[in-house]
Amino acid sequence: MSRTFSIGGIHPSDNKISVNAAIENFPLMEMAYISLSQHLGAPAEPVVAKGDKVKTGQLIAKANGFISANVHSSVSGTVASIEPLPDLAGNPVQHIVIKVEGDDWLENINRSSEIEREIKMSGPEILAKIAECGVVGLGGAAFPTHIKLSPPPGKKAEYLIINGAECEPYLTSDYRLMLEQPEEILIGAKIMMKALNVNKCFLGIEDNKPKAIKKMKGLCSKSYPQIKVVSLLKKYPQGGEKQLIDAIVKRQVPSMGLPIDTGVVVQNVGTALAVYEAVQKNKPLFEGIVTVTGKCMTEQRNFRMRVGTTFESMIFAVGGFPKDAEKLISGGPMMGKAVSRIDASSVKSTSALLLLTEKETKRGEEGNCIRCAKCVEACPMGLEPFLLNRLSRAGKTEELEANFVQDCIECGSCIYTCPANIPLLDTIRLSKAQVLKMLRTRPKK
Amino acid sequence: MKKLIVSPAPHLHGEKTTRNLMRDVIIALSPSLLVSVYYFGFSAVKLALVGAVTAVLVEFVIQRYIIKGKITINDYSAALTGLLLALNLPPNSPWWIVFIGSVVAIGIAKMTFGGIGQNLFNPALVGRVFLLVSFPAIMTDWTIPASWFREGIDANTGATALSIVKEGLAKGIPMDQIFSENNFSYTQMLFSKIGGSVGEVSAFALILGFVYLLIRKVIKPHIPVAIIATVMVFSGIFWLIDPGHYTDPLFNVLTGGILIGSVFMATDYVTSPMSTRGMVFYGVGIGIITMLIRNFGAYPEGISFAILIMNACVPLINTYFKPKRFGREVNNG
Repeated sequence: MSRTFSIGGIHPSDNKISVNAAIENFPLMEMAYISLSQHLGAPAEPVVAKGDKVKTGQLIAKANGFISANVHSSVSGTVASIEPLPDLAGNPVQHIVIKVEGDDWLENINRSSEIEREIKMSGPEILAKIAECGVVGLGGAAFPTHIKLSPPPGKKAEYLIINGAECEPYLTSDYRLMLEQPEEILIGAKIMMKALNVNKCFLGIEDNKPKAIKKMKGLCSKSYPQIKVVSLLKKYPQGGEKQLIDAIVKRQVPSMGLPIDTGVVVQNVGTALAVYEAVQKNKPLFEGIVTVTGKCMTEQRNFRMRVGTTFESMIFAVGGFPKDAEKLISGGPMMGKAVSRIDASSVKSTSALLLLTEKETKRGEEGNCIRCAKCVEACPMGLEPFLLNRLSRAGKTEELEANFVQDCIECGSCIYTCPANIPLLDTIRLSKAQVLKMLRTRPKK
Repeated sequence: MKKLIVSPAPHLHGEKTTRNLMRDVIIALSPSLLVSVYYFGFSAVKLALVGAVTAVLVEFVIQRYIIKGKITINDYSAALTGLLLALNLPPNSPWWIVFIGSVVAIGIAKMTFGGIGQNLFNPALVGRVFLLVSFPAIMTDWTIPASWFREGIDANTGATALSIVKEGLAKGIPMDQIFSENNFSYTQMLFSKIGGSVGEVSAFALILGFVYLLIRKVIKPHIPVAIIATVMVFSGIFWLIDPGHYTDPLFNVLTGGILIGSVFMATDYVTSPMSTRGMVFYGVGIGIITMLIRNFGAYPEGISFAILIMNACVPLINTYFKPKRFGREVNNG
């Protein structure tokens, strides 16, 4: 029996049309546009200058502050400029632009595909190596991994959960990774267990990926007995951190709390691979798996892609811009971001480029709330989106706080399910910002 | 460069719309409508048509000429209200009865509050209760269903099972005798031939509609189940104490609009609670008030009043019964 989280959730059709597309290497680009804000926290500080020669994997910007991450060159060549360029939303962000010349990797990166099973480093050495290699969470938020693996004083991790749910429709990058590099993921998990000093790990996979479940179960029972594969119900947002913890260990992260408050650390399968590569192969995080998909496209592909590839080149690699594609999404259709500039480039946590037609993505005309309570039923946090929307439009910040607007995880289930097409999450997002502002000005008790 | 659509996530929308939810409720009502056409022939069709068309017209006229705002008749909600009203009238009601009821339902109970989603009381029920207190003679003159193919439309008229029992008991006739004299049987109640409104001839047809609504996820089972369970428990207790004076639980559930009321009236989105805990409280409340009216009040049926009374409590119910919150009611470890 598949497990699931206890409150709410929706069942969008999963549309995993790229499911059979094996991972292939994306052709090297001519110019790489590497963002210095690829992670949650402060932008990295450049350590190269215009005209410098860099090698693939070389550090080009270093973490700046506690929550920040190193950035490495994804290509070899010459630094052409360091300048603000638009990110996918069109906001200027500092980028290092590198003119690609060949593909000359740093010598200390182990490029063999042979699996390194023995973990030689100690816990603190592992954390240092992960930080050095600029590994960030690849499940979406891009939170620096070494910080997440270092619980704050007084908190102790009991379990590690590896997130292989991939509950977003269309995405198959994590799935392909689990099929094609399963053992590397499991070794990555073991490395993180060592860093966290825990001896129990769960790997959660939605039951619409039976092949991945079977493969991982086989490997775990043979060689990785501390890792238990858990089959999860296909239900959105099963891969949400709080929902995953609830589904697997039956503990709920307290409101305004962190997963570590339940003794759990969650990491994505892509992150597990990045950790493996950093610790066992000395390879910094500068490439990742990206699904390029859409029903309007003739080809569905999964690429291993260097960071700093433009969305434009991804579209041209799969046969050009389909006539009827009107919306580009970086990530999945439920939580991904709409791309406003196709000349913007990929970052470490880019998991997909999804092309949708206007018909697929159009929001219907907004009607009156009919109080059907479908949003209440769908909300995985047990909130009342209809009420939050009403309070938000009335500007009632205090009441919004009293109705726990800050607990919203922005999964979008409420909008998805609303028959009156009310932009519930849009107004809730605005309210969250308002409430946060109010909380910040409030004197501490 | 090509212009792209940019908007916040999520980028997909589910298939449910107000329009197709309302359409599903109309589909769920169709088995009951068909059964009533079988028994009452043209008069059932006439009532349903006059009810639905009047409701749509009233909404259109008000939105077009009085409010001068957006016209929402395409969402089927008005048509559903008219249809529901028609199905809750005695089968041989004159056409102008349902016309007046529809004007009251849409014009007063729905539009004066601000249209769909804004009304406090169930419009179809307001229409029905308005008719019940204004035209009591017509509203309690029930045709006993008999296939009009064989026996013609004006077969028998009489009272509903509940009012027969109530009157009989008042005259001091024993319960057994009332049942045997009137040939009450549960098979009859389940499939046909029980005096009542147009839409509740066959309990089976109503249950079919209920199952359809559940499968299509239009409604949750909480409200109807809470009402029916409460009616059964409440009437069961009285029946066990004094079977000579009180009818048994099954009889209470199968007669007097409990099924059509709990499945189609009490579950009206706009006028029912938002959380499942609230839904259960609301359903239990309706069940208790219905049984209080049946056992101690002047009216034999009572569910219309019970639903309207609980409608008035919904804002309070929504304030006190909140959904189960994630991470606030748990004890980890």
